Amino acid sequence: MKILVALKQVPDTETKVKVAADGRSLDPTDVKWITSPYDEYALEEAIRLKESAQAEVTVVTLGDDKGKDVLRNALALGADNAILLKGDGQGDAFAVASALAAFAKDKGFDLILAGNKGMGGDNSAVGPMLAELLGWAQANVVVKLELSGATFRAEREIEGGSEAVEGSLPAVITAQKGLNEPRYASLKGIMAAKKKTIEEADATGLPAASAWSALTLPPARPEGRKLEGDAASQAKSLFGLLRDEAKVL
Amino acid sequence: MFPALTEDQLAIQEAAREFATAEIEPGAMARDHSAEFPKAIIGQLGEMGFMGMMVPEVYGGSGVDALSYILALEQISYADASVAVTMSVNNSVACAPIAAFGTEAQKQKYLKPLASGAVLGGFMLTEPDAGSDAAALKCRATKVDGGWKLNGAKAWITNGGVGRYFVTMAITHPELGKKGISAFVLDADQPGVIMSKPEEKMGLRSSKTVMVTLEDAFVADDDMLGQPGDGLKVAFGGLDGGRIGIAAQALGIMQRALDESIQYAKTRHSFGKPIGEHQAIQTYLAEMHAKVEASRLLIYKAAMLKDAGKPCTLEAATAKLFSTESAVWVCDRAVQIFGGYGYSREYVVERLYRDVRVTTVYEGTSEIQRMVIARGLTK
Repeated sequence: MKILVALKQVPDTETKVKVAADGRSLDPTDVKWITSPYDEYALEEAIRLKESAQAEVTVVTLGDDKGKDVLRNALALGADNAILLKGDGQGDAFAVASALAAFAKDKGFDLILAGNKGMGGDNSAVGPMLAELLGWAQANVVVKLELSGATFRAEREIEGGSEAVEGSLPAVITAQKGLNEPRYASLKGIMAAKKKTIEEADATGLPAASAWSALTLPPARPEGRKLEGDAASQAKSLFGLLRDEAKVL
Repeated sequence: MFPALTEDQLAIQEAAREFATAEIEPGAMARDHSAEFPKAIIGQLGEMGFMGMMVPEVYGGSGVDALSYILALEQISYADASVAVTMSVNNSVACAPIAAFGTEAQKQKYLKPLASGAVLGGFMLTEPDAGSDAAALKCRATKVDGGWKLNGAKAWITNGGVGRYFVTMAITHPELGKKGISAFVLDADQPGVIMSKPEEKMGLRSSKTVMVTLEDAFVADDDMLGQPGDGLKVAFGGLDGGRIGIAAQALGIMQRALDESIQYAKTRHSFGKPIGEHQAIQTYLAEMHAKVEASRLLIYKAAMLKDAGKPCTLEAATAKLFSTESAVWVCDRAVQIFGGYGYSREYVVERLYRDVRVTTVYEGTSEIQRMVIARGLTK
């Protein structure tokens, strides 16, 4: 079985986000880049399938040279092959999905695994678009995956419960927290990954369907207010504020 | 950052930092309070290859150099020095002597499980009446059919009760004095090896240290490390590595104490400004920083000499003396900077102050290090 895992490099959640001078992109200075955590669940699932079912695991990311870091990390965790598709991995979801589809088609993959969304962008768009562009079955926000021959059974989170989806391979499955507990790379894996080659190719695919027009930070939190007076009058004014201003009572 | 690290060394340092931050740090205070041994964490460290870092891959280790080991130990110690000492003992004084002196069969039987983290190991040299003066040990090995029976008492045995294979020194030939001491790999999983309940220690509380009583504990002839009479050679063979390791443990602790102090000095106010703007606190921080940086250079230099296969006894002893004495001072100042809060168990510097104290005592006291240094200078 051949599995492709699509990885996205995203800013670390602890990054203090700054808007760049153009007013519509992220200022990349001081940003620490990591593998999107949802993609880590996807990769872990692929590596478990490699261990239990002798799957061959290929990882791909769309981006520039710094994208090699996520690929190197995936190799250290147990991926067999890594490909850097040179292009804009941070932009329009449709362009990303179409670049991945152009890469993946005719390569004989039985399964594509990806995070259900890229941390930070939170669009949840690339996985489903990729499945549609390839004409494959899909299951998203998956917390349990079972494969049997050429079919899959996936349990996915839905509002207030879970839903089981069955389908045939090839398929695109997007991972949700809970699918598994990702491992840490072993020192042996880290050393071995340094000796593996990362292939590079130019991304091909359809042009972007959307573009960022503006990026703004949420307004700063207003300063807190201190109520004066004795306990009874403070309680009275608090009640008034909650009812008339916050409108929660 | 130290400017001469290779890509591999940086990657190992980062892997250790990431694991320590995510998995070790969060429970460190609770484990200090409960003295609970971090079994799951040690298991994970084993799976990742941190328990036999310098052991060749064919024997289940990671096959990395001494400097990589030091870098990892520093990061783990930064998060929890109890975990670091458990790891250090397994690497430096269980795996290392077996890797250096063991036969192929001993390596297959003992080194593989120790290096891969499947079982924990330790070192039984010290006795109630033989500490720094190791040659004064009294534990007797008596020849029996197929092996030896060990009788005696061993003290301050780290990983006792949680580990299985212990490099153990005992007298095989009493008439030969120091040269009558031999080394064995002892399997603690037998009735003749009696572990006391863990010592109630000031610090490193989630690591386990016990008194061991040996009552006819059996080791086979094949379990002798090296030749008869090689006991002290085996015991002292790993001393340089062990000293560099404990120096790195102290380094991790004092770096943490410094970072915590800087953070606190920026946020705590007195007399209308952050305390970090008061000159008294500034001089403490500057001195602490200088000691941390100087220690780091001494430790890395000793490790790099070891990796180059050059003698490093003088450098290892110097690194151990300076780093551990510095670390005790740095943690003391951290408590001072934190004021009353530094005396509270709610704050990490209180633990650092207790954890660091043993570093000038074990793996060769500061007094022994001074002796080794002076001998090296005047020989």
